[in-house]
Amino acid sequence: MTGPAATRAGVFARSRGGTDPREAAEWSRRQVAGNNLRALRGRAYPRIRGMTREPSWVFFEILLPFLTTSAFVLVYRALQAPEAYIGFVVLGGALSAFWLNVVWMMAGQLYWEKSQGNLELYFAAPMNLMAVLLGMAVGGLVMSSTRALAVLVISSLVFGVQFNVEQWGLVLLVFLLTMSALYGLGMALASLFLLWGREAFNMTNILIEPVYFLSGLNFPVGRLGALGAMAIATIPFAVGLDAMRQLVFAGQPYITGTPSPEVEALILVAMTVVFTLGARWMIRSIERMARARGSLSIRWQ
Amino acid sequence: MSAARTGSPLPPAISVTGLRRVYDIKPKQVVALAGVDLEVAPGEFFGLLGPNGAGKTTLIKILTTLLLPTSGRASIFGFDVATDTRRIRRIMNMVAGGEQSGYGILTVREQLWMFSQFYGLAGKEGWARVDELIEAVGLAQQRLQRVSTLSTGQRQKMNMARGLLNDPWILFLDEPTLGLDVAAARGIRDLVLQWKAAVPGRTVLLTTHYMAEADELCERIAIVDHGRILAIGTPAELKHRVQRESIFRLELDHLDGGAPSLARLPGVVSAALAADADPEAQRVAVNLVLGEDAALGGVVTALAGLGSQILALRKSEPTLEDVFVELVGRGFAEEVEPAMPAPETPEREPAQPPELGE
Repeated sequence: MTGPAATRAGVFARSRGGTDPREAAEWSRRQVAGNNLRALRGRAYPRIRGMTREPSWVFFEILLPFLTTSAFVLVYRALQAPEAYIGFVVLGGALSAFWLNVVWMMAGQLYWEKSQGNLELYFAAPMNLMAVLLGMAVGGLVMSSTRALAVLVISSLVFGVQFNVEQWGLVLLVFLLTMSALYGLGMALASLFLLWGREAFNMTNILIEPVYFLSGLNFPVGRLGALGAMAIATIPFAVGLDAMRQLVFAGQPYITGTPSPEVEALILVAMTVVFTLGARWMIRSIERMARARGSLSIRWQ
Repeated sequence: MSAARTGSPLPPAISVTGLRRVYDIKPKQVVALAGVDLEVAPGEFFGLLGPNGAGKTTLIKILTTLLLPTSGRASIFGFDVATDTRRIRRIMNMVAGGEQSGYGILTVREQLWMFSQFYGLAGKEGWARVDELIEAVGLAQQRLQRVSTLSTGQRQKMNMARGLLNDPWILFLDEPTLGLDVAAARGIRDLVLQWKAAVPGRTVLLTTHYMAEADELCERIAIVDHGRILAIGTPAELKHRVQRESIFRLELDHLDGGAPSLARLPGVVSAALAADADPEAQRVAVNLVLGEDAALGGVVTALAGLGSQILALRKSEPTLEDVFVELVGRGFAEEVEPAMPAPETPEREPAQPPELGE
């Protein structure tokens, strides 16, 4: 036997599973952990790889947000608003990339995975489904960071934004906590959207513009009074954006009426824990429900 | 076929007892499996043959841990499908016909690597495994091609490679050649047979409604209809159920005394000139029904005595379709009300979000 047939025979004769299926089914904790980490990496891969495959994202996700940000900057300038507001708008515009990513590519993703038939394969593979959700989150974070950074740099250069950072460590910490809370919420929403099915897509509209308003995307959220306080207590984008503004525009008198960045960092920690545990609980419940009802993993149900 | 019967120290690859699955679909419940008992030995190639809606896919979903039974018990190599899901998922894989899994934006190589990560292969090991499987399934030329550009046959080869990434001990194939042309379907069948033969103990459960495919591939077959197993056996055993007599077609240069001269022989149930015999041709065709194959020897001896030369001798075999018709009272093509709802075709899918880069 030569050529492809020999190759095939050789490949098929090798077995990773040893000589006994019952032994092959027993994995050590290390193997389980390795499987979950690799599954995380595997699921992050298409998102990161996709960035280089579709150059159109430069137009849709850098140029268009830049134009939206520019419109607000021009309005503020026409109204002779304090120059600090230009920085607020630019930072909001940059961070909005993460929120859009959470809404479109986290919340709706499991529903799409089900439609494509991927969800069934995820359920049938040995890894924990949380590893898939985390992989989606990490991939989305890398993807959106590039976009956010591009919008931030371009807008800052074009509009001459002046940053004043006094606590770099805290800036980094708050950014990471904001991302943890945001993507934790995304993971929880992914499970919810899967339960609600197609109706969930109407929710995406509710999750974009109203959240932008309540989070003070283009103005300090403290201006909303009690409504702003409520947003800071419940919406990770609102609290993260406010904390980042306080830290990168230190000493600005226009950011008032909200907790200090340290307190907001604690709020973000609490949100991360609640959303991540919530996502874990929900995905487990969904798997149980899917197996009992046959309603989630199978495409036509 | 129990472990004791096969001499294997392993528990059965598949063991199913009293399995029922009821879907709670308005306005009334749908019984997809109505008490199935089944045992598949390690190393067996087992087929589930039945029309659409018979309950084959439901059974496969239960065995692959995607669905819980309403009642009854099922296990894979002794692991319970309801409680030992992680263990089962480590040693099994599944491939379905018409599968569109993965992400079109990735290349074949990247897509398979992504799936290798779900089974815990280390990064480099994953790439190496992917490369050798790509060669083995015959996709070397498409390895750097985007998944979205593959033909149906190429796509199914890639799906097969995905199903073999973790070297499963048990492979579930749900209509794997659905929608493929003859050559592509043959390619998939050869691939599965070679993979299974390479390591003793590898078990395959195939669902299909293609009779010839089940006949060619499976060592044993269960015929399923309306959630019940109607018969289990080797293809030969199943066919034997509907034919207790042997039917031969004899072509002779001449036959003195005509067919009645054969009908009188011991063991011959009947002998008749074939209806399609050509009177102009220098040959005689006779349809011979024997009580058992052994009677053929006497017929051959008698023909020699009559001076007839045998030009051709062919045994007529019943097909699995004959078996199905005998068991069910209708053919595959004659559909009754399906036990399962038809796949939903959405009136309108929501638009793909612009940010969805996958």
